[in-house]
Amino acid sequence: MYRYDEFDHTIVAERVAQFRDQVGRRLSGEMTEDEFRPLRLMNGLYLQLHAYMLRVAVPYGTLSSRQMRQLAHIARRYDKGYGHFTTRQNIQYNWPALKDVPDILMDLADVEMHALQTSGNCIRNVTADQYAGAAADEIEDPRICAEVIRQWSSLHPEFSFLPRKFKVAVTGAPADRAAIAVHDIGIRIVRADDGEIGYEVLVGGGQGRTPMIGKTIRAFLPKPYLLSYMEAILRVYNEYGRRDNMFKARIKILVHEVGIEEFRRRVEEEWEAIRGTPVELPEGEMQRIAGYFAPPPFAPLPFVSAEFERQKQADPAFALWARASLHPHKQPGYAIVNISLKPIGGVPGDASAEEIDAVADLAQRYSFDEVRVTHEQNLTLPHVRQDALYALWRELDTLGLGTPNINTVTDIIACPGLDYCNLANARSITIAQGISERFADIGRAHDVGELKIKISGCINACGHHHVGHIGILGVDKKGEEFYQLTLGGDATETAALGQLVGPAFPYDGVVDAVENLVETYLDLRQQGERFLDTYRRVGLEPFKEKLYVAH
Amino acid sequence: MSLIKNGRVVDDPWIALDDEAPLPATGPVIVSLTRLRAQRDALVSRRAPLGVRLKSSELAVEVGADAAALELIAIEFPTFRDGRGYSTARLLRERWGFAGELRAVGNVLRDQLLFMHRCGFDAFEMADQNASETWRKAMGEFTAFYQDATDDRVPVTRLRHRRRAAE
Repeated sequence: MYRYDEFDHTIVAERVAQFRDQVGRRLSGEMTEDEFRPLRLMNGLYLQLHAYMLRVAVPYGTLSSRQMRQLAHIARRYDKGYGHFTTRQNIQYNWPALKDVPDILMDLADVEMHALQTSGNCIRNVTADQYAGAAADEIEDPRICAEVIRQWSSLHPEFSFLPRKFKVAVTGAPADRAAIAVHDIGIRIVRADDGEIGYEVLVGGGQGRTPMIGKTIRAFLPKPYLLSYMEAILRVYNEYGRRDNMFKARIKILVHEVGIEEFRRRVEEEWEAIRGTPVELPEGEMQRIAGYFAPPPFAPLPFVSAEFERQKQADPAFALWARASLHPHKQPGYAIVNISLKPIGGVPGDASAEEIDAVADLAQRYSFDEVRVTHEQNLTLPHVRQDALYALWRELDTLGLGTPNINTVTDIIACPGLDYCNLANARSITIAQGISERFADIGRAHDVGELKIKISGCINACGHHHVGHIGILGVDKKGEEFYQLTLGGDATETAALGQLVGPAFPYDGVVDAVENLVETYLDLRQQGERFLDTYRRVGLEPFKEKLYVAH
Repeated sequence: MSLIKNGRVVDDPWIALDDEAPLPATGPVIVSLTRLRAQRDALVSRRAPLGVRLKSSELAVEVGADAAALELIAIEFPTFRDGRGYSTARLLRERWGFAGELRAVGNVLRDQLLFMHRCGFDAFEMADQNASETWRKAMGEFTAFYQDATDDRVPVTRLRHRRRAAE
């Protein structure tokens, strides 16, 4: 993985010192809260319902064991002993004191981490496929592109006061595990007919109150022009993005209002003027960065481990976990292992300091020291030998981290909701817990198969409800929590926005409604169909009929 | 209000002219873009330094080639959150070849000074008692930079390879 050199260290250290000074000026009253807000936001510090919340960047979701241990240390020392992994592959601490934040940032800098641009109207922490460098279907490791963008976007002098926040995601494979179509810019690494690797660039996707699927602005961008093209898009957005209404300020609105053709024309015109100028990455720099993402020293192994196959036969519980948790690895004899942070009845994405330490230890022993954070709020060990899976599973199970529910109905994304967030209209976590408990029977969950439920406690859609197979949106109706249900959303390469089923349900009716939708699917499904496939075949009506028949 | 130019507090020799105010016979004046367009010939033939003050919504392309006739361009930041002026500044310098004084006016705060300087501003109007000290501190907060911008600070992406070539 990427390692800081003296320059990266200098920039992060200077940013910490700058922020310490800013906090000092705020605490002394020299700066007003209004002046301080954008500065603290650019460093990931929010003022929430009960306390400050610090969002720490995990660039493209990659962590070493040492970094994980430091995250655990911070949870113990400055928080209440846990952290919360987010849908943007970051980690949030919900209870730090303002005066401690500079020290937390110093602790992070010690392990080459920071909280730069995890909030505010700037280019946010860049996300990527959590299986980067491991997935069998990968064209190129997306972290190389993502690290180039991380550096370029950090403290960018021109683009730090954009009309609104700006999110970039990168996927290195045809299968999209980074939800690139619902980002301000989505980058897909592609191979041209002549074999050259480059980028397909999408623009104008997003969720929030006006969800939109991103549109392809350029089908093939040669790699050397990555930064000039990014600058061109950002400059057009900075100049022409709406600043009169915060709810219309995202790039998706600009792209929608002027149309993708006109937007592309403006970007290409700007690009023409700056392409090949010193704004580009100097020669050799991308190769330097790529060097850090070279594969670890894999052992030569047969494609299939006989030991692993035998263990699955012998132990059905292990086989069930393996079915839920593993993903094909490009290296023969290895597997990608997902660790569910969704225990039955738990808080999606929460992890205790002990769990974070334990995963750090497992990564060191089983996965070349690497951990990934997924945008679905789970953790991944990217490089595990198949013949070590059984031993790993036993350890995970002992730790309570062996829930075999990845991609099932209980693998729910949920935003913090009304329990923490001062924007929320309704609770999300307790709804997730209710659904999780209703489908606690793991056999039943596996019978239902792949089903992505995503819950947001307000229209800002941090819980990605627009792209949930079942999406749940909390709304406020005269002071009471109500929930709208949508069907058919999809965050992958076949991206789609969910459709509203009908009138909202009260808090107490949501779990029953979800179960009703699942039952309808089970009645209607044909051989091999996932929930989403059945929905796409039959449409909204059959689900709607069943759902509202009793009402 | 203090004016910092090239790192020093200086007196402001420029007269900011309202659109209705009569044009003085002599002395450097700053006018709005509207007035520049309406009275371009009269303003240019005055043979005194001419400046224009841009609202944040008035983008570089609206000045365009006229930049060559100007000795000062002031760019307004109605609030520090409005970041259009950064692009305006870079484009005036890099695309339209403006070499005169580029002045940041309005809600100009310490924590934006370095970004502004990197985008080509060389003068800053600030409501700060210790503007000179503030400016010095702001310029010293960072010594390494990831991006190529309008200033002459060399980004680390290039320094890395220079160093490697020298080894």
